[in-house]
Amino acid sequence: MPVKDLEQLFQQKIDAEVKIEPRDWMPDAYRKTLIRQISQHAHSEVVGMLPEGNWITRAPSLKRKAILLAKVQDEAGHGLYLYAATETLGVSREETINDLHSGKAKYSSIFNYPTLTWADIGAIGWLVDGAAIMNQVMLTRTSYGPYARAMVRICKEESFHQRQGFESLLVLSRGTPEQKEMCQDAINRWWWPALMMFGPSDSESTHSEQSMRWKIKRKTNDELRQNFIDMCAEQVKILGMHLPDPALRWNEARNHYDFGAINWEEFWNVVKGNGPCNKQRLAARVQAWEDGEWVREAASAYARKKQSGNKAA
Amino acid sequence: MNNFLKKFYYGDIPEEQSGGQYVTKEGKSDWPLWEVFIRSKQGLDHKHVGSLHAADAAMAIENARDVYTRRMEGVSIWVVESKYVHASNPDEAGSLYEPANDKVYRHPTFYQLPDEVNKM
Amino acid sequence: MKQELINYILHLADNALILGQRNAEWCGHGPVLEQDIAMTNISLDLIGQARNFYQYAASLLGEGATEDTLAYLRTEREFRNCLLVEQHNGDWGQTLLRQFLISNFQQLLYTALQTHKDRQLAAIAEKSLKEVTYHLRWSSEWVIRLGDGTRESHERMLKAIDTLWRYTGELFEPAAYETACVQDGTAVSLATIKDEWQHKTGEVFSEAGLPVPENIFMLTGGKMGKHTEQMGYILAELQYLQRAYPNAQW
Repeated sequence: MPVKDLEQLFQQKIDAEVKIEPRDWMPDAYRKTLIRQISQHAHSEVVGMLPEGNWITRAPSLKRKAILLAKVQDEAGHGLYLYAATETLGVSREETINDLHSGKAKYSSIFNYPTLTWADIGAIGWLVDGAAIMNQVMLTRTSYGPYARAMVRICKEESFHQRQGFESLLVLSRGTPEQKEMCQDAINRWWWPALMMFGPSDSESTHSEQSMRWKIKRKTNDELRQNFIDMCAEQVKILGMHLPDPALRWNEARNHYDFGAINWEEFWNVVKGNGPCNKQRLAARVQAWEDGEWVREAASAYARKKQSGNKAA
Repeated sequence: MNNFLKKFYYGDIPEEQSGGQYVTKEGKSDWPLWEVFIRSKQGLDHKHVGSLHAADAAMAIENARDVYTRRMEGVSIWVVESKYVHASNPDEAGSLYEPANDKVYRHPTFYQLPDEVNKM
Repeated sequence: MKQELINYILHLADNALILGQRNAEWCGHGPVLEQDIAMTNISLDLIGQARNFYQYAASLLGEGATEDTLAYLRTEREFRNCLLVEQHNGDWGQTLLRQFLISNFQQLLYTALQTHKDRQLAAIAEKSLKEVTYHLRWSSEWVIRLGDGTRESHERMLKAIDTLWRYTGELFEPAAYETACVQDGTAVSLATIKDEWQHKTGEVFSEAGLPVPENIFMLTGGKMGKHTEQMGYILAELQYLQRAYPNAQW
């Protein structure tokens, strides 16, 4: 069958909401877009373990320590589900990871910001996971089957993350003056980077339109961002805190909150590698991988020995 | 590493459509990929839940427990190395599955029963 | 008698907490994602065990003691964990060996403790035993893999044994509070589990192709609050927020 017909069939399937599966024919560009997006997503989960992992040994109570450990562990699990989804597209995990380590593959810029105080852990849960969930809920309906299934699993687990983050901020917001200050300070620092997580404005996003047609994405960056702002503007009231945006106000006509301009220069700077923690994050991942080389090698060698031993016996 | 790995784990994608010949080569520290099946409750079938990398079967089962049953999802785990999974060819989907399309009588909803017979 | 029992419970709790804290340092830095997750699971189990023991000790202590006051507001000299659990993670091999040595010990200890007369302690032991049995299986397999893997992994395991073996003697040397509890029937007599521990260790080491060291001078003191220098740093990190903001709720 000529490629043109295959492409038509493919788009028909997408339009009919039939999921695309690993062995189905797909345009090269679709495969590439997915590999890029899913592996970025996987890297984000794994690099995302670092800023929060930073506070595991210093968590302020045993309960908080257990919650944080479980949460960061979930992120490792999510990274694993997503790497597996990438593998169904024909790229090995090692190859994907090499791309991260060489700087070729990107991950969410949000994780290049530092976690300076304990309140940052709560703010990440509420704002960063909150923003991620908006995106992820949409992706449970994405057109590629393995990606959609991974997202279903992830979303089920993710809802606890946002709740625990908010709850931990709630405790701080009702605590001592120092704790309240810590809470507001964390919100101030994480708010704008969280808004940037939805990506550039639709008018500037290079991938958006095609991804929408292929139903990889099902809502635009700006739509998702607006939903998120509307949600947080209400939730912050419960905390008795405020969002660091003087332009934030309810717009009756639009039925949405208006908000101030996002500093895209900062966004692109962090993407380019100039964020506060880009170097450290990548260095930590590379080191973990390199330090683990002998372990992976030894386990492989042992497995081979056992296998040939079994054959001999 | 040159000759980069291109593994189509769910059976081979037909060559002419895959856009080129891919070479599969495993590095010496690459752990193979395993497919994980979990039975969630007594009596239900094992269900494919995902995959993971492990050096051997014992490790794969333990990893499956750690990764896929963190929330007490399972009571029994199967693992099989992904390369042993053979998949049907999507191009033949028509001949494989469509004959079932007109056998509606195989489905319970085919049978209209009076409302009084509930829960059947 | 009550004070001795409390000390014994704290000893069990501190062992679990400090090892859990050490293992947690791996989170996000493991050699491969799957093993990162496995290590975190063990860490979570241990912290859970510590909480159960602390809660029980707190209930015996009264006077506003909680799991957190016990974990966060005692000083180096008040912690009663053995020296082995506080040792640096080192490489993956050293961490795994430490886990194996302790899990082997905890498995035998909790098995025996289940039938002892303090019902609360027995119940915690019973619950923890399921977890520890898995830790032992997992860490045994890893010790064997690494011991019998490559030349490099074998060398690394030899080095890990050289680093850690000297802290294993303390596991079987009862502290004064422990002896008192053994006489009272609430604690496990270490002499009764030592042979089995040595047997299992020998078995795993032999399959791994690793030698069991002999005539090594044993360092002790942790159970009586005399720790290695690392302990202060562990607590500085662990207790930082509670110390910096006294009486705050988190």
